[in-house]
Amino acid sequence: MPHEIIVVGGGTGGTVLANRLADRLDTEIADGAVHLTLLSDDPQHVYKPVFLYVPFGEKTVADASRPLRDLVDDRIDVVVDRLTAVDTDEKRLTLRDRPDWTYDQLVLATGASLAPDEVPGLEAGAHHFYGPEGATALRDELATFTEGHLVLSVVGVPHMCPAAPVEFVLMVDDWLRERGRREDVDLTYTYPIQRAHGLQPVADWASAQFETRDIALETFVNVEAVDPDAQTVETMEGAEFDYDLLVAIPPHAGSDVVSEAGLGEDGWVDVDKHTLEATAAEDVYAIGDVADVPTSKAGSVAHFEAGPVADRIASRARGETPTASYDGKTVCFLEAGTDAATFIEFGYGDEPTIRPASKMLHWAKLGYNESYWLTARGLL
Amino acid sequence: MSNTTYEPDETVDARGATCPGPLMDLIGKVKESDPGTVIELRTSDSGSKTDVPEWLDEAGHDLLGIEDAEDGSEWDIYVEVT
Repeated sequence: MPHEIIVVGGGTGGTVLANRLADRLDTEIADGAVHLTLLSDDPQHVYKPVFLYVPFGEKTVADASRPLRDLVDDRIDVVVDRLTAVDTDEKRLTLRDRPDWTYDQLVLATGASLAPDEVPGLEAGAHHFYGPEGATALRDELATFTEGHLVLSVVGVPHMCPAAPVEFVLMVDDWLRERGRREDVDLTYTYPIQRAHGLQPVADWASAQFETRDIALETFVNVEAVDPDAQTVETMEGAEFDYDLLVAIPPHAGSDVVSEAGLGEDGWVDVDKHTLEATAAEDVYAIGDVADVPTSKAGSVAHFEAGPVADRIASRARGETPTASYDGKTVCFLEAGTDAATFIEFGYGDEPTIRPASKMLHWAKLGYNESYWLTARGLL
Repeated sequence: MSNTTYEPDETVDARGATCPGPLMDLIGKVKESDPGTVIELRTSDSGSKTDVPEWLDEAGHDLLGIEDAEDGSEWDIYVEVT
């Protein structure tokens, strides 16, 4: 029987990892000593950062998606099905459509999902840009939004792509100015804690940008409920505000499968932050958004986690002692509007430094979004 | 564990998480708790010692106390939901 390695999730983390494993275990796969499977419930691979550009008409939903099979090495068995349960004692997976599988090493890269129903009225009252339908609906709403109060409210923390809310509000500011609508639109950004972002340097940078551009910053805003008819928001802090267009970052959820398997609370896998190995079970790893590590839920994190995890899994498959380690490396581009950007890079315990925004970095971000498809293939 | 004078009804263990993780975990627990509930927040993020009291003041809940735990690298913050 070959050594069975199963990667669950066809997003950035799962796809990069599976491709890296195919390279590292080339000989073992060819000899039949190792069998590598990538399991995903979606035959398409979706690169979510593209959705930020959809409301502004700069990208389409189709730009975010390619067939998973086209991005994955031929040595990988791609299976489209949904994981419904994990038994870590028996090393068994239950699937929606197929008989149970057993594994020798398992990687959970199942990502995060949106949970707007955690806040009453949010789904009906707010737009978002965290999925294809939301981004498209927001594009249509923005196209005809000529005056009133536009509020970007970060409701759920942690959330995917932590820079995106700041980026959106700076981009919409530029976008409205370019169309001569900005004077008739009041812009407000809200955040749950006492500053504009969890990372202090990003909060400082964003606050200065907001002040320069006449964007109101409201902190300690934890949304309790939205009234879609009255177009008002109530907060846990006892405040209430009106909106004409509410763009919200919805609460995020991990995976019920994770909680039910005893791998972590609230659907996030409890892992060692350096080895990405689950603390509650042997031979189980988690990478990407579903892994509970003290850094951002960002595509770059999934990408940088994939390398050391591929090394560790390959070592174990060969009977060696794994030594590779993840240091928390995180890289995020930040759009400062429609034609300038900056970026941050940091590891565990580091404070990121914000560089001056430039047109060059904006083009670098757009260029990276195109070359992302090489990242997914494990080439970058 | 610390020798505390408080008797929490709920404990939120946010040790290992960085800002804003501990505060957001506490806010989530407060949201689902009834008035009178005493919550213990266990944190290793020193920023919690200032950002938690600031939020409690803003939201109108009571800070019962902050106790050093371990060797001064962790803190237990006690909160009563009002």
